[in-house]
Amino acid sequence: MSVVTLRVNGQEVAVPAGASLLEAARAAGVELPTLCHLEGLTPVGACRLCLVASETGGRLLPACATEAAEGMAIRTDTEELQRYRRMTVELFFAEGNHVCAFCVANGDCELQDVAVAVGMDHSRFPYRYPHRHVDASHPLFALDHHRCILCTRCVRVCDEIEGAHVWDVAQRGSECTIIAGLDEPWGAVEACTSCGKCVDVCPTGALFRKEDTTAEKHPHAERPEQLRRAREQQQWRNQ
Amino acid sequence: MPVLQPETPSRQLRCCGASGCRSAGGEALLAALRTARDADAGAAAGLTIKPVGCLRLCGRGPLVACDGPEGTRLYGAVPPEHAADLLAAAREDGPDAGVARAALEPHRLDLDEPFFRLQRPVVLETCGQVDPESIDDAFAHGAYDQLRRVLAELTPKQVRDEVRRSGLRGRGGAGYPTGLKWDTVALQPPGPRTVVCNADEGDPGAFMDRSVLESDPHRLIEGMAIAAYAVGADHGYVYVRAEYPLAIERLRLALQQARRKGVLGRGIFDSEFSLAIEVRVGAGAYVCGEETALLLSIQGQRGMPRPRPPYPAQSGLWGAPTLINNVETFSAVPAILREGGDWYAAMGTEGSRGTKVFALSGAVRHTGLVEVPMGMPLRTVVEEMGGGVPDGSAVKAVQTGGPSGGCIPAEQLDTPVDYESLLSLGSMMGSGGMVVMGETTSMPVVARHFMRFSVNESCGKCVPCRAGTVQLAELLDRFVEHRAETADLERLEELCGMVRATSLCGLGQAAPNPVLSTLRWFRHEYEAALREPSHCEPPDSCTVGADGETRGYAP
Repeated sequence: MSVVTLRVNGQEVAVPAGASLLEAARAAGVELPTLCHLEGLTPVGACRLCLVASETGGRLLPACATEAAEGMAIRTDTEELQRYRRMTVELFFAEGNHVCAFCVANGDCELQDVAVAVGMDHSRFPYRYPHRHVDASHPLFALDHHRCILCTRCVRVCDEIEGAHVWDVAQRGSECTIIAGLDEPWGAVEACTSCGKCVDVCPTGALFRKEDTTAEKHPHAERPEQLRRAREQQQWRNQ
Repeated sequence: MPVLQPETPSRQLRCCGASGCRSAGGEALLAALRTARDADAGAAAGLTIKPVGCLRLCGRGPLVACDGPEGTRLYGAVPPEHAADLLAAAREDGPDAGVARAALEPHRLDLDEPFFRLQRPVVLETCGQVDPESIDDAFAHGAYDQLRRVLAELTPKQVRDEVRRSGLRGRGGAGYPTGLKWDTVALQPPGPRTVVCNADEGDPGAFMDRSVLESDPHRLIEGMAIAAYAVGADHGYVYVRAEYPLAIERLRLALQQARRKGVLGRGIFDSEFSLAIEVRVGAGAYVCGEETALLLSIQGQRGMPRPRPPYPAQSGLWGAPTLINNVETFSAVPAILREGGDWYAAMGTEGSRGTKVFALSGAVRHTGLVEVPMGMPLRTVVEEMGGGVPDGSAVKAVQTGGPSGGCIPAEQLDTPVDYESLLSLGSMMGSGGMVVMGETTSMPVVARHFMRFSVNESCGKCVPCRAGTVQLAELLDRFVEHRAETADLERLEELCGMVRATSLCGLGQAAPNPVLSTLRWFRHEYEAALREPSHCEPPDSCTVGADGETRGYAP
């Protein structure tokens, strides 16, 4: 297996060829905030939290969707990146209706964690209080669009791992919304296998089990990677 | 060759049938001319009435060019009642030619005006001469001659060398060197390749590509075919926006004719080269003009940009190396091959060779299409060719590059029009829309207009563009409505910087440009829009906007 070496915040690391900058950063012991990225799913580079700066200048690079190359030198935590990350999280909070106090994911929410990590204690942008709805038509699960950050993890896990492609995105811009089937109530979509993978990977409380109430959601974001490894490399967790 | 004047003048009336003149009554005029001719069959014999493409001065449509041995006369804003006069004037030798000409005199347009005189038609060389719906007429004007020659005489590499030598850069806006892009696609590992023409021209105030498609579609097809040969592709797509129905109709007709005549299909001109071209129609999304989104849309998926690399030249349509150029870029290719890359490179400036088509509109006397050498001062285009603001007042600014570009202030009008100069002014070449603004235009309003455009057209994939543009538009509302605070100016600049640096695709990255450029050149207008401290309401009511919506900054 060929290896590339690069520098992350001045520290040399070696990663297998084809690895992403995110993997390189982790190999260097650097944690980058992520929301849309999830091991085992195709990266989309949408949340912009894992942006890193090349020491040679140029555009900022989404670490999740950029392949590490020999001789690269990146910075993950410049003052500018910190500012941008905080603003990004503020934009997430301002565009939805995120009320931690009575959210099913309170305490186990990646958006909340990221807000803490970047030091966002309030949004400087006015909250938009969008009018969204809740789809509780599925017998086991529900989707609260107010809490959705459009990371598309549910779309990808359902398409790439479960192979059902129940979810997709409709509309555009700030009107974007996750839809089930052909924009039907989730419970009416026959393609749904009720596997719950979308609920497991949702970083917020948008997708949840109906039996869970405030702060009772415990997602399993590690599952797509486990399943992929099992299928592609025949490696099982209990081996 | 001067603009609009045919090489071999025969007695004919050329009627513009492009969208601009159609909307001004061009079809009624053409019908009236044909009726008048039929009613007067004997006298009008030998006179051709020919529907053609854009005759440039769109603002004075419907336009008719009257050719004869004595030269070409152009008439504008001609009502159908003048059809008989036009026929009589065109006949020259007829008894009432003089009377008819006198009647038409108020509609006469001077072809020696700078608007026409300073044009340098290359892409548009047969636009307005050739019947866009007739491949035989296109053949008569030299269409497909270069394709035939290239296939018989040149290797793909020789074609690419010629294009590289021409210095042609992408006319869609970013200005990537065309020859380099062709090489990148051609030199990918063996396998299928595709050529794609981006005809999703969506910038407000831009109608160059529409005019080419409506006026001379065979030129585009020939350019694409030469490109396909040069990079080794046997399949092509033209992605046209649905808002261009006439362009789509004429392109489809042209493709059908080209297939029938064997200039598309298998073994073109008895060579080994085969090419099929399909039309794909957009569905109203501006973002599909972004190349990665465009490719997804062709594949039948949701048009959303993806991070690059890999670039489409490496991995594009269905994973195959894909060459994407816009309409104007492909349409420049036949002339480059005919006259040579050095000929093309001799026009324009060091970094920006050749000519560029611009769509002039807004507060300008002469609205329409101009093709000029790169490097021409903006002032020449706007004030001499465009004739300045109609009421004679001063030009305040020129907007180039649409929602990705910026406003260039009047004091910078002596800047040469080329890629780098416009970038250094905080605007960009863009695809070629040029909107002239007079003294009465408010710059915060202009910035908000473009920001609202970006809000509506954001695909919603990445958060800086999806949510950042919404916040920017709201901040701009505060300036337009005179309720902004000093801190809003800082917020505006900070958020612009963030959206620019962190958005996923070029559209998001460029969305703040209209704000940043107006802030740079017209900052006083933003400052003047700040609410006077003495007018400030008590702190409680400050968080409620004019529409009663809460806009507080506290969580």
